[in-house]
Amino acid sequence: MSETVGTAGSVPETRDTMLGLREMELNFGPQHPSTHGVLRIVLKVDGERIVSARPDIGYLHRGTEKLFETETYPMVIPHTDRLDYVAAATNNHAYCLTVEKLLGLEIPKRAQYIRIVLDEMQRISSHLLWLATAAIDLGAITPFFYTFREREVILDLFEDYCGARLTLNCMRVGGLQEDLTPGWLEKLRAFTEDLGSKIDEYEDLLTENRIWKMRTVGVGILTTERCIAWGVTGPPLRAAGLAWDVRRALPYECYPELDFEIPTGKNADTYDRYLVRIAELRQSRRILLQCCDWLAANPTGEIRGKVPRVIKPPAGDAYASVESPKGELGFYLVSNGGNKPYRLRVRPPSFINLQALPEMARGHMVSDLVAIIGTIDIVLGEVDR
Amino acid sequence: MAEDPKDTPAAPAAGEPAKPAEPAAPAPAAAAPAGAKPAAPKPAAPPKAPVPAPVDAMGEPLVAALAAAVPGAVLGAKRMVGQTTVELAPGKLVEACRHLRDAETFTFLVDLTAVDWKARDPRFDLVYWLHSFARGNTRIRLKVGVRDGALCPTVSGVWETANWMEREVFDLFGVSFEGHPDLRRILTWDGFQGHPLRKDFPVEGIDTGAAIYPDRYPEGGGPAPDDKNRKTVS
Amino acid sequence: MDISASVLTYFLIPAVKAVVVVILVATAAGVLTYIERRTLAFLQVRKGPNRVGPEGILQFVADVVKLLTKEDVVPAKAQHFIHFLAPVLVMVPGLAVFAVLPWGPEFTMRIPGLGKITTAWYATDLNVSLLLLLAITTVGIYGIILGGWASNSKYALIGGLRSAAQLISYEVPMGFAVVSAILMARSLSLVEIVEAQRTHHMWFILPGLVSFFLYFVSGVAETNRIPFDLPEAESELVAGFHTEYSGFRWAIFFLTEYANMITISAVATALFFGGWLRPFPNVAALAFLDVIPGVLWYVLKVSCFLFVYIWFRGTFPRYRFDQLMALGWKTLIPISLTNLVLVALAALGGFRGLRILGIVLWGAAIGAFLIVTRLRAAKPPAAKTAPASVRARAAEA
Repeated sequence: MSETVGTAGSVPETRDTMLGLREMELNFGPQHPSTHGVLRIVLKVDGERIVSARPDIGYLHRGTEKLFETETYPMVIPHTDRLDYVAAATNNHAYCLTVEKLLGLEIPKRAQYIRIVLDEMQRISSHLLWLATAAIDLGAITPFFYTFREREVILDLFEDYCGARLTLNCMRVGGLQEDLTPGWLEKLRAFTEDLGSKIDEYEDLLTENRIWKMRTVGVGILTTERCIAWGVTGPPLRAAGLAWDVRRALPYECYPELDFEIPTGKNADTYDRYLVRIAELRQSRRILLQCCDWLAANPTGEIRGKVPRVIKPPAGDAYASVESPKGELGFYLVSNGGNKPYRLRVRPPSFINLQALPEMARGHMVSDLVAIIGTIDIVLGEVDR
Repeated sequence: MAEDPKDTPAAPAAGEPAKPAEPAAPAPAAAAPAGAKPAAPKPAAPPKAPVPAPVDAMGEPLVAALAAAVPGAVLGAKRMVGQTTVELAPGKLVEACRHLRDAETFTFLVDLTAVDWKARDPRFDLVYWLHSFARGNTRIRLKVGVRDGALCPTVSGVWETANWMEREVFDLFGVSFEGHPDLRRILTWDGFQGHPLRKDFPVEGIDTGAAIYPDRYPEGGGPAPDDKNRKTVS
Repeated sequence: MDISASVLTYFLIPAVKAVVVVILVATAAGVLTYIERRTLAFLQVRKGPNRVGPEGILQFVADVVKLLTKEDVVPAKAQHFIHFLAPVLVMVPGLAVFAVLPWGPEFTMRIPGLGKITTAWYATDLNVSLLLLLAITTVGIYGIILGGWASNSKYALIGGLRSAAQLISYEVPMGFAVVSAILMARSLSLVEIVEAQRTHHMWFILPGLVSFFLYFVSGVAETNRIPFDLPEAESELVAGFHTEYSGFRWAIFFLTEYANMITISAVATALFFGGWLRPFPNVAALAFLDVIPGVLWYVLKVSCFLFVYIWFRGTFPRYRFDQLMALGWKTLIPISLTNLVLVALAALGGFRGLRILGIVLWGAAIGAFLIVTRLRAAKPPAAKTAPASVRARAAEA
């Protein structure tokens, strides 16, 4: 991926620093237990302090955007699943929103609510996975098992709904493929109501834990203006204090009718990002309960709008975005009137958030790098596409 | 709100080009179309939604302000499905971006990419879309036409986030950016030849073995004929 | 046969004990790995190993067999002799220390052919056995440094250096804590320390509350366990100083870590919790408990500490290295020095002085605990300065 092929066992490359001491170049990854995928970071360390951290990506590049141009519009949807594979429904959603915008389609209300339900379930599932991996990277091995217990219920619900646990392929241009199966809503409601006490369990383990706070407070600070300069969205931006969420700022579906808060932090460090994500879990739970109420009160309805048989958006371009658990996920569609996208670009929040890593890591220690990578919450499928 | 997902069904009412970006509070977007839709009773068969079409947007206040502040920059403007796209001249790109960032508070670069129009000159369209928090989440899109082989000025001095985005455009399209601090490939590997997202690059890929290791792989790829690891299927 | 008493006492019995100790320690370390996995699984709402043998009890046997039959990979540029020596330098002190650990009092038994033999539940007891113990465990640090160095890998090197610094730093508070126990018993011999707790009707945990905590926390750091396991932090350094070891060499590092855990727990029991004495050994009313031999009491107490070790592992994140060092040097050493002075002053007044110190310390500890819990319960869950997320939680809760 870069000029040299370094191995962990090679002779350390050293360079004299100002004090006559030497810097060491260390390879973090691409095979490493805590880089959450194939990510390589080339570190220059001075003892334990990081002098520079240069991420090296592309190990998971699959040419997705090129593939998009060869598939018809409905065929693109399974490809979008594999971008941020942890939160597949949000990818589908963003793509469908873009095509629907360019087509000028209206989506039926029931479909909108079910889409929101799927999105929020994905948000919960993604944040649970984030919590598991962030905690285990810092040595707290137990939350992993607790969160996966909840995540298992969500994945089972997904399997019940659309047949797949991870790469869902559940949304279609104009609405959804399937309506809810009988009993699904009750299971979801039972899970959601139970989730509150489970989140309390995770917080009991970590939030007031002295060691957790020592590892995360003050680590990886990225203030609001730096976030804006680096294009960072999602929980890092909110933890810096700016209450900006695509669901409120550029609303889509029925989010304006739902009642939820946007949690923010103050110090823009890892601890605040942790608190923001935990609070987002609670807010997603709130949204899910409201949607369950609505869906239970309106058990029938169209789940797909009037979609032409062959989807051929008019020539032009459009951009639509959703709030994925990682940040603002958007699709930019350039159409030339044919039945395949002429150019479909993914705005990948993980890729853009990862760009801020060198700035967040400078001056910290190697152990903090693990905490910082965990807190940006990247998924390599989205970084590399 | 510059973008309004409910804007498109109300397209007949919004036929006028001068529909400025609504800096209203982030109130429910339902308010805007409710006001724009004609208050007619719902007909028996719902009217077919008109196909979205681009309309000229040169008269919009933002575009006009930009044209006035940076003369010669704005070559055209369009508005489609509620999103404004401004066509800029490449030479004035950085100046226009600075104006937009400083005077018009578009401090956030959402994304930067390129589109390959193969049979057109200039070949590439570089697309930038910007976001303004202060203006109530307004967005605007910029387009710059760049010819094949020409240099495009970098905006990584205006928005730092453009760094990797431009590297990706360089990697996948081959557009070089003048003044970029670190222009290297980002997604493909070092030694990769070609620019994958160009329209003349085949989806199946090209033989990169011979491109990178010409002494090991023959033209056409694969192990050499006398390589004992070569398996033949007959 | 006729074996002279001196050969018996000075050669045969110690030889038998040495063999028994080595076998038992190796087995105990292996069983401890199984217990740890089951306990961690219980904490983590899952089952542990339960396939190999009834309830998985033979899991460690399977692991040992696997490790013995694994290929021994040595990095190409590693220095072979040191690479070979490092596990040895770690294991030998780890086992040798068990020579001085007392598991029970003296006893007599009758062996046909050899007559009556009076021996004890420990291999040997020197009058400086604590000093020997501390010295031997320090030699184990060499093995870790050399293991990290000899692997010719940056990760291993960092792990070895970190571990060396950590172990040396935490020897100091541990030493001070042990010295305070010595002051209480006025002897360096572990057996005499246990006896002192019997004759003076007082477990040394009473005046040694602070000493015990210092000792145990330093002990966790000495054994490279969570929350102090940064040198072998899997998520950062892959495996730290034993990254490049495979097969049985790695097993040696691994088993020695568990043997060290047992050592620390055993010493803590002997120093502070009365060793093999039953609770209230001088109260005649509880004499019916004497049917349980001292060894079993000892093993029971050691098991409690081992459970605490495993509990720590399942609960806490790990400290960052500079925080770890700061904790050792800036927090534990001042506390241990103060504690030592206090204990020394109290010991001037004999056991009465120590009892008074104990009552003061325990009173202060219980009082502080009550005050802190009361304060925490009374405080509103979200202070005004908390971020919105915390307030949201409070609002929802």
